[in-house]
Amino acid sequence: MNFEHRKERPEDGKHRHGDGDGRRHHGHRGDPGKQFHRGDKLLKVEDLSVEYTSGKKVVHAANHVSFELNRGESLGIVGESGCGKSTVAKAILRILPDRGARISGGKIMFKGEDLVTMPEKTMEKIRGAEISMVFQDPMTALNPVRRIIDQVSGVIRLHNPELTKKEAEQRGIDILGTVGITPDRVRDYPLQFSGGMQQRVVVAIALCCNPELLLADEPTTALDVTIQAQVLEMMKGLMTQRNTALILITHNLGIVADTCDNVAVFYGGEIVEYGSKEEIFKNPSHPYTIGLFGAVPDIHSKVDRLTPVAGIMPEPSDLPAGCKFHTRCPYATECCMNGDVPVVSLGGTHICQCHNIQTVQEANKKEATA
Amino acid sequence: MSTLVEVKGLKRYFDVPKGTLHAVDNVDMAFEEGTTMGVVGESGCGKSTLARTIIHLQEPTDGKIYLNGKDVTHVSKRELPKLREQMQIIFQDPYMTLNPRYTVEDTLKEPLAHSGRYDKGSLDKEIRRLMDMVGISGRLRMAYPHELSGGRRQRVGIGRALAMNPKFIACDEPVSALDVSIQAQILNLLQDLQKEYGLTYMFVTHDMSVVKHISHKISVMYLGQVVETGSTDDLFDNPLHPYTKALLSAIPTIDIDKPKNRIQLHGELMSPINPKPGCRFAPRCPYATEACSQPMSLREVTPGHLVSCCRAEELSDKQPVTAGGAAECQN
Repeated sequence: MNFEHRKERPEDGKHRHGDGDGRRHHGHRGDPGKQFHRGDKLLKVEDLSVEYTSGKKVVHAANHVSFELNRGESLGIVGESGCGKSTVAKAILRILPDRGARISGGKIMFKGEDLVTMPEKTMEKIRGAEISMVFQDPMTALNPVRRIIDQVSGVIRLHNPELTKKEAEQRGIDILGTVGITPDRVRDYPLQFSGGMQQRVVVAIALCCNPELLLADEPTTALDVTIQAQVLEMMKGLMTQRNTALILITHNLGIVADTCDNVAVFYGGEIVEYGSKEEIFKNPSHPYTIGLFGAVPDIHSKVDRLTPVAGIMPEPSDLPAGCKFHTRCPYATECCMNGDVPVVSLGGTHICQCHNIQTVQEANKKEATA
Repeated sequence: MSTLVEVKGLKRYFDVPKGTLHAVDNVDMAFEEGTTMGVVGESGCGKSTLARTIIHLQEPTDGKIYLNGKDVTHVSKRELPKLREQMQIIFQDPYMTLNPRYTVEDTLKEPLAHSGRYDKGSLDKEIRRLMDMVGISGRLRMAYPHELSGGRRQRVGIGRALAMNPKFIACDEPVSALDVSIQAQILNLLQDLQKEYGLTYMFVTHDMSVVKHISHKISVMYLGQVVETGSTDDLFDNPLHPYTKALLSAIPTIDIDKPKNRIQLHGELMSPINPKPGCRFAPRCPYATEACSQPMSLREVTPGHLVSCCRAEELSDKQPVTAGGAAECQN
């Protein structure tokens, strides 16, 4: 797939849809033909911080996270468990647990409005309709005692109260058809479905109100490769047909290479490297990103031994000062242990948060030529 | 290289209300000493059941299991612990396979204490060594499973399997619950142990990149049967079975310059309950013909490379093309 055309983004804000005026427009829902323009700015996360409190401990799950997403584009969020990648998705949807979790700073601008300060009532209208989420485990995301069709049409009716039960069901059957579930199976219960079929139902529920932003948290981790390919193709189809924007959270770099335009690498609740897919995959620059690439076996290369990142991820409640990665970093120097880490621009959209970027790049070049 | 473990015509059927479920159906497999045999396939293809049957967690319905040439298909309760010292398993789901009331220490201590080979001091040392080996920090020694992350739980499971220094380890999706960098550490660890102690692995996984990395030989399973088996290079460079081809084409790769010709399979898996004779992949196969309804068995196409497809030769040079039920998508 050629991504070149996607880079020609209109200047920020200039082509934005006219819904930044504080009034919410819900007219497009129930109108599946509504098209948005690729490249229009949809989401802007600014300086977002989330903390969890448990007892006296404060866990800084996300620290000053900023990124942007345009319509029809996809962002891959990569990182290990506990790095805060799911927290960011939950913060965008405002489904962080009521107790203990708090958005401690920053803004989440969605179509010009800040989701952080939005009243819960308005948020309920956005959830599932304009922003929806696909969770990792389909079996816990589906209600085991309700029929598939009821679960799909329930969401449709919730956001389209004007529809009759029958109409909502018909729309549900149509949507399930697009994910390859035939009408004769829609009255089954989730447990009668295979894992792949269940996950496709979850995706169908996420898509049934034509969201403008889809958050997918490890959507294919529980699936077999052939089914995984089907689900990914489906999400890609959605992006091109309806210009839906996608945030794909995964630890599988192969899926990111397959699906995403941009990549954000998370470590210790921070974005340590961000760039387009080409920038990240051809020129990984943060020591952690380099470590990740060394850690995954790939079917197109032959290495006898993987080179994992040394050590294990520090507890999110006990992150080190300075650069969060310095405890595991082979290039760490004294300056990494304290203070803020500079964000270095590497040309284009490529940024990297590292003190010793030159050393790292030189060492990497040497290794590549050796 | 000698064969350490061998199974012949192994079957494991389950009686279910609708009939007989053929989880493992007539599987022949040989594990060479000191090597890794990867077993791949989609969920429900019987790869985990095969591993459990070989390790005697389940009684085979039919067939034979040999260890060092000795028939160990049916062993008495008294002989079983001796056998288990040589054959161990690392489980897929670290949430269900650790005793919730055992601390990390208890879990690792149990097999060691049971063997009677350690006194108190050396037992303590051994536990510490095992914990170091699998990367659990000492402060977690008294932690219960619910206090550990999924990755750490899996490490405990691996430590427990390695405790008795077994010769043969069935690894049932041991890294699918782990983060990539931890996954790499565990894969390296498994490889190091293999080099050091000459361990033989059966490596069950659905992750083709992992299996390519760690295996010497690979068997591809589909609905209880082995459809293709061969050396890792043969299988990846020259896949013969249409299912293997589809499986390989579906793998996401980090090489963004590689063009992708993805074969998408359509239709769901056939039910493994009372399966019809003939090729079980035929309903999803783009190349299926009349002949595919005849019973099929593995046959050698090139030395060491076996396939159960009657059209393997004529399809061998054919790159996956759009045909029948398969749609090719150009990426």
